[in-house]
Amino acid sequence: MSVLVVQGLSKSFGGVQAVGDVSFAVAPGEMLALIGPNGAGKTTCFNMVGGQLRPDAGSVMLDGKPITGLGPRAIARHGVGRTFQITATFGSMTVRENVQMALLSHRQQIWQFWRPVAGRYVDEADALLARVGLEAQANRATGVLAYGDLKRLELAIALGNEPRLLLMDEPTAGMAPAERVGLMKLTRRLATERGVAVLFTEHDMDVVFDVSDRILVLNRGVLIAEGNGAAIRANPAVREIYLGTGATSGGH
Amino acid sequence: MDSIIPQLLTGLAGASSLFLVASGLTIIFGVTRIVNFSHGSLMMLGAYIGWSILTRLPRDPEWFVLGIIATVLATALIGVLLEMVVLRRVYRAPELFQLLATFGVVLILQDVTLWIWGPVELPLPRSRWLRGFVEIAGNRFPFYDLILIFVGPVVLGLLWLVMNRTRWGTLVRAATLDREMVAALGVDQRLLFTSVFALGAGLAGLGGVLSLPNSSANLHIDLSVITDAFVVVVVGGLGSLPGAFVASLLIGILQAFGIVLVPKITLVLVFLVMAVVLVFRPNGLMGRPQAEAREATVAAPVVRAAPRELRILGGIALLLAVAAPFFVGDYYLTVLTDACVAIVFAASLHFMMGPGGMASFGHAAWFGIGAYGAGLLAQWLGAPMPIGLLAAPISAGIVAALFGWFVVRLSGVYLSMLTLAFAQIVWAISFQWVEVTGGDNGLLGLWPPEWARDPSVYYWMALILSVAVALLLRRALYAPYGYALRAARDSVTRAQSIGLDVARLRMVALIIAGAACGLSGALFAYAKGGVFPTYISIPHSVEALLMVLLGGLQTMTGPIIGALVYTGLADILMRSTDLWRLVLGTVIVLLVVAFPEGIAGAARRLWLRGREA
Repeated sequence: MSVLVVQGLSKSFGGVQAVGDVSFAVAPGEMLALIGPNGAGKTTCFNMVGGQLRPDAGSVMLDGKPITGLGPRAIARHGVGRTFQITATFGSMTVRENVQMALLSHRQQIWQFWRPVAGRYVDEADALLARVGLEAQANRATGVLAYGDLKRLELAIALGNEPRLLLMDEPTAGMAPAERVGLMKLTRRLATERGVAVLFTEHDMDVVFDVSDRILVLNRGVLIAEGNGAAIRANPAVREIYLGTGATSGGH
Repeated sequence: MDSIIPQLLTGLAGASSLFLVASGLTIIFGVTRIVNFSHGSLMMLGAYIGWSILTRLPRDPEWFVLGIIATVLATALIGVLLEMVVLRRVYRAPELFQLLATFGVVLILQDVTLWIWGPVELPLPRSRWLRGFVEIAGNRFPFYDLILIFVGPVVLGLLWLVMNRTRWGTLVRAATLDREMVAALGVDQRLLFTSVFALGAGLAGLGGVLSLPNSSANLHIDLSVITDAFVVVVVGGLGSLPGAFVASLLIGILQAFGIVLVPKITLVLVFLVMAVVLVFRPNGLMGRPQAEAREATVAAPVVRAAPRELRILGGIALLLAVAAPFFVGDYYLTVLTDACVAIVFAASLHFMMGPGGMASFGHAAWFGIGAYGAGLLAQWLGAPMPIGLLAAPISAGIVAALFGWFVVRLSGVYLSMLTLAFAQIVWAISFQWVEVTGGDNGLLGLWPPEWARDPSVYYWMALILSVAVALLLRRALYAPYGYALRAARDSVTRAQSIGLDVARLRMVALIIAGAACGLSGALFAYAKGGVFPTYISIPHSVEALLMVLLGGLQTMTGPIIGALVYTGLADILMRSTDLWRLVLGTVIVLLVVAFPEGIAGAARRLWLRGREA
């Protein structure tokens, strides 16, 4: 059964249709890439699934339960983890504390005023940090991390919530090419191990074809192709609007 | 029906004066992002300088106009000086420190004005043409008020022309929308900021000198005007000139009719309007959401438990504090008791402002509610002190919950301004509801019971309570709740995406801070034997800000150090010099310039030098 089922999703901004009647599904352990030229409606789609935007029409189901139109916090509580295009972490905390916060929140232990945070779920936090290769930095200030490390920290925080679905908006934006593949291979492994469904947008076509199981191509808010890497590469419509001459390319 | 037209005209005249001050404030904020507390002081200077010039000139209308122009130029020049000497050095400092610096300027200008012009009000002798009346719809209406009514729209029109028809105005509008982008395009920011400040100061000066014929030059102008101007600017939308105009019309007319219809609650009425506007339009009537400052993404330093050395130092200080009654006299015991009160006052503000990220310009409101809560219980029910000390945090906490329901959704400066407005409402109630609160005379005879009447005993009690509150607050900040609160401050998006309820976290922070502050108010009331409206005054709220910012936001020890330093400093200054405002203001400005991260923050940086945070 699919983790995420999106049906007939639509959104207009002041009469301009940004997304029109988009439907797709993501299975556990599957990595689904959402690509398209700039302005194709990727981010709009993404924000409707993540709760930042309320869709005009259509439905979003997570594990069979409707989450359409819920806010980002409620959606997080339903088991959706997120990483952001511009990293969002807790700058006044150490790397480990960032993950501890996610663990405490997931276990509903936020409303406690007495027992200190220090020492709580340290082993779990360190295990998650080790999983993304940050164990040596656990005690450092988040603010001094390199950008690639921040991205990996975001991944660890998202995993702290034990998500069923991971939403990654431009996960490799701003990273060096060598790091990009590393991060996405890591995500690939984590998705397979934990059976987490991953939906991500990405501009780097090498990354997309390298790690995704399936690819959705959006253009002008409409889904124009769907399939694995080989099928998408061969699709004439995609070649024309996206990979074509480069005149309309939003990629690299 | 008879009184409507004259009231309306009076309201319009008042609206014009409001607009002159508010327009300068809003332009300065729009471009420099500085909430200029000293704007009221500039208006006050305008009034005094105007008085000095106009009383030396012949009384004809043309000389009057000339005098006004000279005054405007003079205040604009003072504005330039202020910008170049003080503000230019603090643009890089955090928002609140800029505010603090401008409040330092308020204190300095107060003493300078007092020193030059003396404490006596200076009315302008009005020549015949200024005293004239015009008959409108069967009513005699002061000629000068009619002039005022026209000045507002004329100034708005001129400003509109400058903003929309000149290159300079285009730059100002662009900077208001996106300051970093304007800088990136290579515009000379220094020149732009200085000239904007000159314009704003000139407008304040104009407002000051034009207010002379109807009132006088006096030392209370600064703080009373700045509150009104804040209200207008917030209601209109920060940075919006048309918004400021519409809002001054609204507030001016409201005040004019309020005085006739509901004289007792005019102040409350004005602030209620502000609250209602902000609830429905969180960015004011014509304001737009602020572009996110890109510099703000610089991470705050990591909060870690205090190093061992500091704990030992704290332990020694506590031992000394406990032993103090054995070796200091009664006077210093009073000062030390005040310091205990100050610690709770500052620590509670730090709780919501540091980890909570909600700056309050009106923290004295909770102080006053706690004090009046205890005082009224004692007065009407004869409640003993322990009950009073218990009721104070409860009453302040309950009011904080009601207030929080309105404001937790607001962000940044708007929230801060609403806290100021709320404090002014509480102040107005305490001041004007004489039957219950005793008005200006306050509630008297609030003394501790027999067992605590000895100054040493009361001091020990205050010490125990303040240390207990400080430790409890610290405990909560290191517990999951405190971390979650800080998480919501660091990154709202990330906090929500791990399932944190940001609004609820902030609401609870507000209640905790309000309750703790309420206790400090009651402690203070029993120490002084009474409750007075001054407990809720703006300067008292600013004291709390000063203590917290002096100590620094980033450490848990900061507010305690700040409270001690401030209490000591204020005590020494007030006893040793009449010009204590001047000295205190200068110290504040110098501190902000030298230590933008506060005393504790600077000490921490020195301590960490060579080590990683």
